Amino acid sequence: MNFRWEWDVFLRDTGGGQTYLDWLFSAWGWTLTVAGGGWLVAIVFGSVIGTLRTVPQRGLARVAAGWVELFRNIPLLVQLFLWYHVVPALIPPLKSLPSIVLVIFALGFFTSARVAEQVRAGIQSLGRGQTQAGLAVGFTLPQTYRYILLPLAFRIIIPPLTSEAMNVVKNSAVAFAVSVAELTMFALLAQEETSRGIEIYLAVTGLYVITALAVNRAMALIDRRLRVPGYAGGAR
Amino acid sequence: MIEISNVSKWYGSFRVLHDCTTRIEKGEVLVVCGPSGSGKSTLIKCVNGLEPYQQGGIVVEGISVGAIGTDLPKLRSRLGMVFQNFELFPHLSVMENLTLAQVKVLGRAPAEARDKGLKLLERVGLKEQAAKYPAQLSGGQQQRVAIARALAMDPIAMLFDEPTSALDPEMINEVLDVMVRLAKEGMTMMVVTHEMGFARKVANRVIFMDGGEIIEDAPTEDFFGKPRSERAVQFLSKILRH
Ligand SMILES: Nc1ncnc2c1ncn2[C@@H]1O[C@H](COP(=O)(O)OP(=O)(O)O)[C@@H](O)[C@H]1O
Ligand SMILES: [Mg+2]
Repeated sequence: MNFRWEWDVFLRDTGGGQTYLDWLFSAWGWTLTVAGGGWLVAIVFGSVIGTLRTVPQRGLARVAAGWVELFRNIPLLVQLFLWYHVVPALIPPLKSLPSIVLVIFALGFFTSARVAEQVRAGIQSLGRGQTQAGLAVGFTLPQTYRYILLPLAFRIIIPPLTSEAMNVVKNSAVAFAVSVAELTMFALLAQEETSRGIEIYLAVTGLYVITALAVNRAMALIDRRLRVPGYAGGAR
Repeated sequence: MIEISNVSKWYGSFRVLHDCTTRIEKGEVLVVCGPSGSGKSTLIKCVNGLEPYQQGGIVVEGISVGAIGTDLPKLRSRLGMVFQNFELFPHLSVMENLTLAQVKVLGRAPAEARDKGLKLLERVGLKEQAAKYPAQLSGGQQQRVAIARALAMDPIAMLFDEPTSALDPEMINEVLDVMVRLAKEGMTMMVVTHEMGFARKVANRVIFMDGGEIIEDAPTEDFFGKPRSERAVQFLSKILRH
């Protein structure tokens, strides 16, 4: 076999006045945007939905359970197409939204169902004692969640949340399906144009790995900052 | 001050409390004893509305606990509660455990809440532990912090649910000492406990529960001197032998 690395492929011009390296980094930027935005949506909605799953009001708990089932059981790619093709048809004002926004919500809602399950499990692992202690000092139920249950639950679920956050990075690749110019999209197009698939895919793989590791480190840092002296945390 | 009248409660078809009636006057100490599963925890949690009941009534200083529209958080903030398993907030320092509800529920200024917290920690002998976290304290210390946390709200009465039964024997007295002092200072107290020495020392009345019923409700001397029911006699002979 007569193989030669051609890493200088990244210095070639794409034809649009930028190099493939420029394009690679802009694609990385889109991946980070989709993943970061999706994670933000997932954390906000996942926390609310996961909390509601544990409240004594049956109706609210049932709505929250419905949310989880809905977004957990439909494949992500199908959800993305629903957001892209079906939702704007039903709600015309959404037609003017750029694909990136739809992708962020599709990924965010999909992940929110999984985050919600972690939040619910974290709260339930605390048992009734902490709720009763919170109520007994005069907190309302929302205050008990805000000051006691959620801060404890989040500390407990940081490990599973870390893998969810890393999943969001990987799952952001679906965005190529609706033509967002993120890393996977870049890989597909650039290897076609340059015929240097090996270098292109290796570079893209490297950036995914770097991103996932950075997410992992960030979560570990948060974990360390929040650790309570002497307290192992409910499930740990 | 606390009036429990004909209270009954069911879990599904299982009757946990049956027609319970008793009262605690201001400054009185009521001890509640009885075998495990007799409904003592359930009864004491009905007093501050942590457990709902289906029949009868509980009135705390003129406020009906079970009535619709009762401001339960406000009522609870005026009734201190101490749990068997301490239930300190593990992610908060000892001082934060004492100040959080003062600030968020009573609206006190943080500095004022800290002053109050320090005073109470001094009172339970734990001033040096203010910056520690609950998991860094022994069981007895944690329970004393829990008592201080309840006192920080300036309660009109204190509810204790087996405050020493999760403790190693050598730590029981440090907690009981705090409770005895509290009783002698005139705090109104309802105490679920099997510490009969404590009951003899400070209780005005003792009630004995079995199967969700209050079988015996007597002044302390009468309860220990001539308990009327067979079951109370049996129970007493069992726990006093230890
Ligand atoms: N949430 C619950 N659901 C069903 N049964 C319960 C519940 N909590 C307590 N019980 C039952 O009620 C009875 C009284 O419990 P409890 O008040 O904890 O007794 P005690 O404090 O005297 O040991 C027990 O038989 C217990 O099993
Ligand atoms: Mg009990």
